[in-house]
Amino acid sequence: MALDNAKSNGFKFVGTRPDRPDGVDKVTGRAKFGADMTAPGMLHGAILRSPHAHARINKIDTSAAEAMKGVKAVVTRKDFATDVHFESGLNGETWNVLENVMAGEKVLYDGHALAAVAATSALIARDAIKLVRVDYDLLDHVTDVDKAMEKDAPVIREGAADKSVPDGFHPNVVRYHESGHGDVDEGFSKADLVIEDSFKTEATHQGYIEPHACLGSLGNDGKGDLWCTTQGHWYAQKMCAALLNLETSQLRVTASEIGGGFGGKTTVFIEPVALALSRKANKPVKIVMSRSEVFRSTGPTSSTSMDVKIGMKKDGTITAASGVFRLQGGAFPGAPAEFTAMCAFAPYALENVRQIGYDVMANRPKQAAYRAPGSPMAAFAVESVIDDLCKALGLDPIEVRLKNASHKGTKASFGPRFEDIGLIETLEAAKAHDHYSTPLKDGQGRGISCGFWFNHGGETAVSLALSEDGTAQISVGTPDIGGSRASMALMAAEELGIPYEHIRCTIADTATLGYNEISHGSRVTYASGLATIKAAKDVVHKLCKRAAQKWDIPEDAVKWEDGCAVPSGANAGDFDPLPLHKITANMGATGGPIVGHFEATPEGAGVSFATHIVDAEVDHATGKTKIVRYTVVQDAGKAIHPTYVEGQYQGGAAQGIGWALNEEYIYGDDGRLQNAGFLDYRIPLASDLPMIDTVIVEVANPGHPYGVRGVGETSICPPLAAIANAVSAAAGIRMKQLPMSPPRIVAALKSLKDG
Amino acid sequence: MKYHSPDSFHAAAEISANAPGSTRFLAGGTDVLVQLRSDIFTPDNLIDIKNIEGAKAINRSANGDWNIGAAVSGAEMNENEELKSEWPGIVEAVDLIGSTQIQGRATLVGNLCNGSPAADTVPALIAADASVAVQSPNGERIMKVADVPRSPGKTNFQKGDVVKNVIVPAKKNKSSDAYLRFIPRTEMDIAVVGCGVWLQLSADGFIVSARISLGAVAPTVFKVDSAADILIGKQLDDDTLHKLAATASAACNPITDRRGTVEYRTHIAGVLAERTAKIAYQRAGV
Repeated sequence: MALDNAKSNGFKFVGTRPDRPDGVDKVTGRAKFGADMTAPGMLHGAILRSPHAHARINKIDTSAAEAMKGVKAVVTRKDFATDVHFESGLNGETWNVLENVMAGEKVLYDGHALAAVAATSALIARDAIKLVRVDYDLLDHVTDVDKAMEKDAPVIREGAADKSVPDGFHPNVVRYHESGHGDVDEGFSKADLVIEDSFKTEATHQGYIEPHACLGSLGNDGKGDLWCTTQGHWYAQKMCAALLNLETSQLRVTASEIGGGFGGKTTVFIEPVALALSRKANKPVKIVMSRSEVFRSTGPTSSTSMDVKIGMKKDGTITAASGVFRLQGGAFPGAPAEFTAMCAFAPYALENVRQIGYDVMANRPKQAAYRAPGSPMAAFAVESVIDDLCKALGLDPIEVRLKNASHKGTKASFGPRFEDIGLIETLEAAKAHDHYSTPLKDGQGRGISCGFWFNHGGETAVSLALSEDGTAQISVGTPDIGGSRASMALMAAEELGIPYEHIRCTIADTATLGYNEISHGSRVTYASGLATIKAAKDVVHKLCKRAAQKWDIPEDAVKWEDGCAVPSGANAGDFDPLPLHKITANMGATGGPIVGHFEATPEGAGVSFATHIVDAEVDHATGKTKIVRYTVVQDAGKAIHPTYVEGQYQGGAAQGIGWALNEEYIYGDDGRLQNAGFLDYRIPLASDLPMIDTVIVEVANPGHPYGVRGVGETSICPPLAAIANAVSAAAGIRMKQLPMSPPRIVAALKSLKDG
Repeated sequence: MKYHSPDSFHAAAEISANAPGSTRFLAGGTDVLVQLRSDIFTPDNLIDIKNIEGAKAINRSANGDWNIGAAVSGAEMNENEELKSEWPGIVEAVDLIGSTQIQGRATLVGNLCNGSPAADTVPALIAADASVAVQSPNGERIMKVADVPRSPGKTNFQKGDVVKNVIVPAKKNKSSDAYLRFIPRTEMDIAVVGCGVWLQLSADGFIVSARISLGAVAPTVFKVDSAADILIGKQLDDDTLHKLAATASAACNPITDRRGTVEYRTHIAGVLAERTAKIAYQRAGV
């Protein structure tokens, strides 16, 4: 997209750190989250979930539940749309979501929904689902990605593979990606050292503190309302309409305040169920997931098995790189294998590179996006091998990365040429950082890693209305998952020239704006920000027009400066500056309400890179790791509200520490999830984390008026690898499997000792 | 579910003995209420004992023994400086449980009666040779803490039994205790292995008496006499510590679960026995 009047300096509001507008509501409890919505006559829903990893459903008998006092409706798959059809791969994604929301012929994982009840209290609903009798035929199951690809593995669903998969693979391999350029064999032959190794990572959950919750109201006339905690309410509208056979516009969806999403709230789970129950009971129905349901039934990220091979010359030049990335995405197509493959070698300018990705199904919940889906695992494998090469050749890990770093004009490992990017700048800043030159103590190890994420634009619509008193209200369609309302207000303040505090930014419902894509892909500050700036420029144009009318001079003889219309030059006339509030005070009489808007699908999101430095300490007797120092260096393009940029950097590192050290989905031999709660699914506690230092690098993105790049996801790309490199250095042995939990470290140290 | 709030332990024992269906005693509620809310177990009778006179008291008998009431919270124990200086290991074990909020509710007796093999306070209490005063409809009796655990989630109490208080002996000269647990994080977790050690030293620093107890490495918390015997007549030299670790590990009979493997738990039991013994030894020598 060509951008007029881009701005890179001289900001008045952008780059400052005012209080967030939603802060008081959140600390006082006034903010309404998903579970806070109620309605008169409301019923409570509960969902029956499969205790089996894989089973055929012979019969569901709901009669006893229906007969229970207080039960008003029971639904099963037959209460959902019948005209949604199965197709291979992601072509059948609507069917995939329906099948995940409510099982059809088979249950496909421990936690798979197969019936739901609405009753007059949450306790009655909970007891009533125990009265639903299900007759199952148990089937063999598989939860491990490598085992799911083996010849004799149980087949999750025949025909789910799309055309990308070459002949000869198990039906559980449902999508295939291959890309790269050059000749890797020739490249490896030119290397002084080639290292090839294999790595595994476990599935991890986004771990948002707010469980899924919604309130649905749907009449037999096909008109409905849905309130829910979501990252994308237009997606929820579209998908619920499809799953319930409604007209999209007849369902209005309002996004609640959201208590974390990280990608996990980009789809629907309970929302269509609440609406189906409501349609049957003719009352509003509320469903709130328990934490156990969140773990068992919503999307964790993929587990992986990866092979990486890299060749390097003695001077550190990488001559070739190749990787095979197998991703397990649950019982449906959609594991982001292509992203893993495409991100793997993106930080490096390579002549010879090849990457292959497999999307593999297993008897686990349908994976959902988790912050830069697929990229962190790739970095873990690739950056571990680079670390081993640096050690074997006696080279400095930052110098080697600088020598091979992608830059403007580099043909990316995944195809296109990079525009302005800031990888080298992050590496230089890391090298210059006090952290990198501070000596380690005994027993400590230091790790470095780079990371990459694409970022995304997406469909975006914003409206900006002025009030008579000269204040402004912005309506955006992207749920605020990272402080975006503050950023929108800052960008609007910059354009309008009125104080930040005079602007209120609201997340509009689906009836109020055009379609907005989900808050994902680190797109909000970029895309909604761009649209906010454009909508504000539209308002400024209209304000200038009113001034021109008043002064009786041509429109183009008026310009906007510091919140006032002023004549554009001496020839335009001699008029006092006309402030915004004076124009709005009587706008009803001068042409009506002043509203600006902008709708587009911006495509200049601008990729983002980061470099992390980690110091870790390992207790060799117990295998316990402590992260003693952590520094994030990342390119933000332009930091609109630096505090929230730093928050994203720290949050990505914190989640990465959990993923690297202790978080994992643990399945028993029975295929059941063993740790569906925060007690045994171990996210880091505040006391587990060091202060995470941040450095904001700003290499402007030419695709945004102020140079913004998304920052939310790139921050979780380097941590797994950087921590693995630090821990491996401290332990004295390469750790190739995540999480690097104490038992795994002790086992590795024992294998080292035993030779 | 029926809620009872008796005004004496005897009345509580009577209700428990005679009420139809299942019963649970409610003191802090940090296990009972969690099981209820998460639909794991809903008793037919909930007998609230925290309002019974004396249930929230910490006092000493004439012989110096400590009596810690059934509804005394972890925070209250932690704020009792005298108890803390005599039995630092027990108080540390209590203090490791849960968050600040949980500390305001969780009780020593509840931790014992929950029957978990991973209970933090039980190895510390067994190492201290603690007992419990048990009220039943027929009268009161004293039972060693070491005799309470039966199997995961089960105790040797009978229907109608209610624990009034824990009895911890008065501190002996040149003795002290310690408790350590291993968890993968820094707090808010269940022990992968727990270890309680009590030691008494001679004037010249040789161990004359010892008790060691391990948690989470067998179906119940248990006392490891074989490991304690290693220490008698010794100072904590490297050789003794290695033998202690090997003996503690050899006594383990753990399972592999989401918190640790058989091999790992067995290994950690030895590491913790060494580390805990060192702390108790250092404290006893002061």
